[in-house]
Amino acid sequence: MNPRRKKRLAIISTIVLGLGAVTGLVLYALSQNIDLFYTPSEIHYGKKETGVKPTLGQRLDIGGIVIPGSVIRNADTLEVSFDLGDMKTPTVFTEQDPKVTVQYTGILPDLFREGQGIVAQGMLTDGFIIKATEVLAKHDEEYMPKEIADSAKKKHKNVDYGGN
Amino acid sequence: MWKWLHPYANPETSYHLVGKLIPWFAVVSGALLTIGLFWGLLFAPPDYQQGDSFRIFYLHVPAASLSMGIYLGMAIAAFCGLVWQLRLAGAAVAAMAPVGAVFTAIALISGAAWGKPMWGTWWIWDARLTSELILLFLYLGVMALNSAFDDKIAAGKSAGILALVGVINLPIIKYSVEWWNTLHQGATVSKLGKPSMTLDMFYPFVFCFLGFAFLSAVIICIRFQSQILQHNVTRPWVKKLVTVEENKHAV
Repeated sequence: MNPRRKKRLAIISTIVLGLGAVTGLVLYALSQNIDLFYTPSEIHYGKKETGVKPTLGQRLDIGGIVIPGSVIRNADTLEVSFDLGDMKTPTVFTEQDPKVTVQYTGILPDLFREGQGIVAQGMLTDGFIIKATEVLAKHDEEYMPKEIADSAKKKHKNVDYGGN
Repeated sequence: MWKWLHPYANPETSYHLVGKLIPWFAVVSGALLTIGLFWGLLFAPPDYQQGDSFRIFYLHVPAASLSMGIYLGMAIAAFCGLVWQLRLAGAAVAAMAPVGAVFTAIALISGAAWGKPMWGTWWIWDARLTSELILLFLYLGVMALNSAFDDKIAAGKSAGILALVGVINLPIIKYSVEWWNTLHQGATVSKLGKPSMTLDMFYPFVFCFLGFAFLSAVIICIRFQSQILQHNVTRPWVKKLVTVEENKHAV
């Protein structure tokens, strides 16, 4: 390679590697703010690396699994309340697992059901209760036909899309 | 190896080579897409959770992968163009940018259409969606710089630098779902090991992905040819080509 090309190669590599390093450091410093949500155990014990705990009255996003058997619906209104646990498989929770109660009034997404991952936005109040203003469903990256899911004993109720 | 590659640095040789490839790519792409889309959209089994809605996977995932793949190709071309000062590399960057931008837009729009019924929202500022949106802006920036200069060489140089710097965004998009908590789920197919879907769902995806890849190759080749012609309007071989075409239409 001739010297001029070598020089250009060096300059360009330095620029790209330097910018890459800068971006990496910035993202690392901001990593807490880039996280879309807290998990229930982070609300109880603080973030893993920094130990930062959310304060009462803080607006935040929480992500977790709807604990089976915890969904309470109001018969007359759209009010609903449910407990969230950390995302894990299998979705079996005991008394010791950190839990956060979410209270919400509104229409839930189609995928909402017990054992489903969800992300809710709302305000943290006393006793690990979150008054949510928005509830979004989070699904995993696995796709499979119904028969396989049934034989793998996935404990989800099927969505009734009507029709067919 | 360099001796073997050298003739293709000549615009005329490249123009004719690419011209020979286009019909083959078009046939392969048409065949793969016909099989893949019919298979995926009509015959693959519905998902246990999402029902038929999951079928947008066969458009969304190929578009998103190609939006990143084309960017990587564009950045490699830009790198060669800057270091070895190849004129053709600038033409390749200019040929690829709008195609990649369209695939990025398709990924974003199909993702929004999928997100509304499944997640409950069109858009959320999570790391994956935001970084993919930045990719669209990078493409638009490269296109804007390419057309901002009258001098093709200066345009190619500045667009190339932007394309190269933006390559930092690619690992961020790819690993955003692992590094941070996001609403977007993790990778289903573009990972080491077994895909997280059953094979009767995965095979149609392979056809769709390769079909869209060849489709983008066809469009990029056609755009590359037209870029070469624009760069070489004053050359005798281009003039000869034009006369031949004109005579064909005159008859």
